[in-house]
Amino acid sequence: MDPLFWLLEPLRHDFMVRALLVSALVAGVCGMLSCFMTLKGWALMGDAVSHAVMPGVVIAYALNLPFALGAFIFGVGSVAVIGYIKQMTRIKEDTVIGLVFTGFFALGLTLISKVRSTIDLTHILFGNVLGISGEDIRQTVLISVLVLVLLLLFRRDLILFCFDPTHARSIGVNTGFLHYLLLSVLSLAAVAGLQTVGIILVVAMLVTPGATAYLLTDRFDRMTWIAIGSAVLSSVLGIYWSYWMDASTAGCIVLVQTGLFVLSFLFAPRHGLLAQQRR
Amino acid sequence: MASPPDLVAHPDLAPRAERIRVSHLCVSYHGAVALHEVSLRVNAGSICGLVGTNGAGKSTLFKALMGFVRPSQGDIRINGLPLRQALRRQAVAYVPQMESVDWNFPIHVANVVMMGRYGGMNLLRIPGRDDHRAVRESLERVELWPLRHRQIGELSGGQRKRAFLARALAQGSSVLLLDEPFAGVDIRTERLMIELFQQFRAEGRSLLISTHDLSHITGFCDEVILINKTVLAYGDTSEVFTEENLARTFGGSPAQLLTSPGLEPRLEPGRQPWRSEP
Repeated sequence: MDPLFWLLEPLRHDFMVRALLVSALVAGVCGMLSCFMTLKGWALMGDAVSHAVMPGVVIAYALNLPFALGAFIFGVGSVAVIGYIKQMTRIKEDTVIGLVFTGFFALGLTLISKVRSTIDLTHILFGNVLGISGEDIRQTVLISVLVLVLLLLFRRDLILFCFDPTHARSIGVNTGFLHYLLLSVLSLAAVAGLQTVGIILVVAMLVTPGATAYLLTDRFDRMTWIAIGSAVLSSVLGIYWSYWMDASTAGCIVLVQTGLFVLSFLFAPRHGLLAQQRR
Repeated sequence: MASPPDLVAHPDLAPRAERIRVSHLCVSYHGAVALHEVSLRVNAGSICGLVGTNGAGKSTLFKALMGFVRPSQGDIRINGLPLRQALRRQAVAYVPQMESVDWNFPIHVANVVMMGRYGGMNLLRIPGRDDHRAVRESLERVELWPLRHRQIGELSGGQRKRAFLARALAQGSSVLLLDEPFAGVDIRTERLMIELFQQFRAEGRSLLISTHDLSHITGFCDEVILINKTVLAYGDTSEVFTEENLARTFGGSPAQLLTSPGLEPRLEPGRQPWRSEP
């Protein structure tokens, strides 16, 4: 097939242009956040939050509120519940995370089957970026921009918080605030991401680009750019791929991301498998 | 020894008789007493060893000095100021145990040292000319300026220690809290660090060094605090470092201690903690 045709033909459809733009924005923002998630070791927390937002989304749709609001409340709420149970009992954190997010997810699943609404379960679970509505686009763009601004404003504090929270606290940085800021941003990004790839795969957007970039560089600023670049590239390539193969969009996007990670894992100049074996 | 240029320029480093004063400090976690009636003072321009077994309250005392724990009773003053005020002036710097640092973090040496300056910057943490100068001076003093663009994990053991000392220097603190600074350090690095510590002392800074290894104390500590939930003794090393005191700190003879630092402390109930007033 003519590559130019491959590239341009899908752009004749408005839904494709919309999907490409929205998912590139979301992927870029999630990619930026994924650097912090990778370095802080919060992948499991990202998984938990992204699943726990589901009842919030369902309730918000049922009450005709912005879905982001419901998702945000349940995302942050789930983290508060996790922290509370961990503090009050002797159960280990990963167990608490596992039981809380599945509980919230089950609640969402039950609600969606009982509440009369127009939302489609598969759209929430696996994303629906090709059929995204105007209102959803508006909210997604708003959330993405908000996340972007917060990450840029508090970038240096967040790096310090990930690297050395004790020092941060000792020089008077409010680490409690940064902790909840990062969690809030995570909840917001999860909501934005679930528009593109759905609840099940959103954690890939929040982890994979950061991990890919982490193997390629030893500098945080470069890591951020690589993560953003690989995330945006993955979403664009993934959408094209899904268009021409008529395959699941979410699946394709995440597969490309995973593929880029595998390349980085094998061929990264210093931290890759081959480089390490050569040493 | 070259006399450091910024000694008098920094107000908190001006010679004062007393650097740290802790009075009747009590700290407990969920009802369990971690520190009881701790009173001590550390002089300006001194190296002070903080000696006790694991769980004796060394790290709790550090946390209290950094304002991390709310004491149930007591008072801490640094440079004559209430703790909060002193902390806002960046009077206290903490040098972490090397095992607690993520050496794979994608950050380079100069950035770590710059983090020492964050407390005095605006909310966006955009460094100014003074900040860059402080970072440069600190790195030059620990002889790491040529390595400033290295990722921290690429440094050798001794260089890593010096990078974090440079951060404390850049912070401009008059009190340095060092958590087990000699753990896993070779002789050469140890000598280099002690040399730096002595320079810091000459500048009027006070160093509080937590350790359970006694061999360092007599060598270069001017003062010693023996701690086991409460202060058993504090003051000049020569006065405090008696066999009797050590036995009470560690619940065994000192010779035994050097081989088994984790011995359970034994405190005879009802006995008044002995104190040496300097």
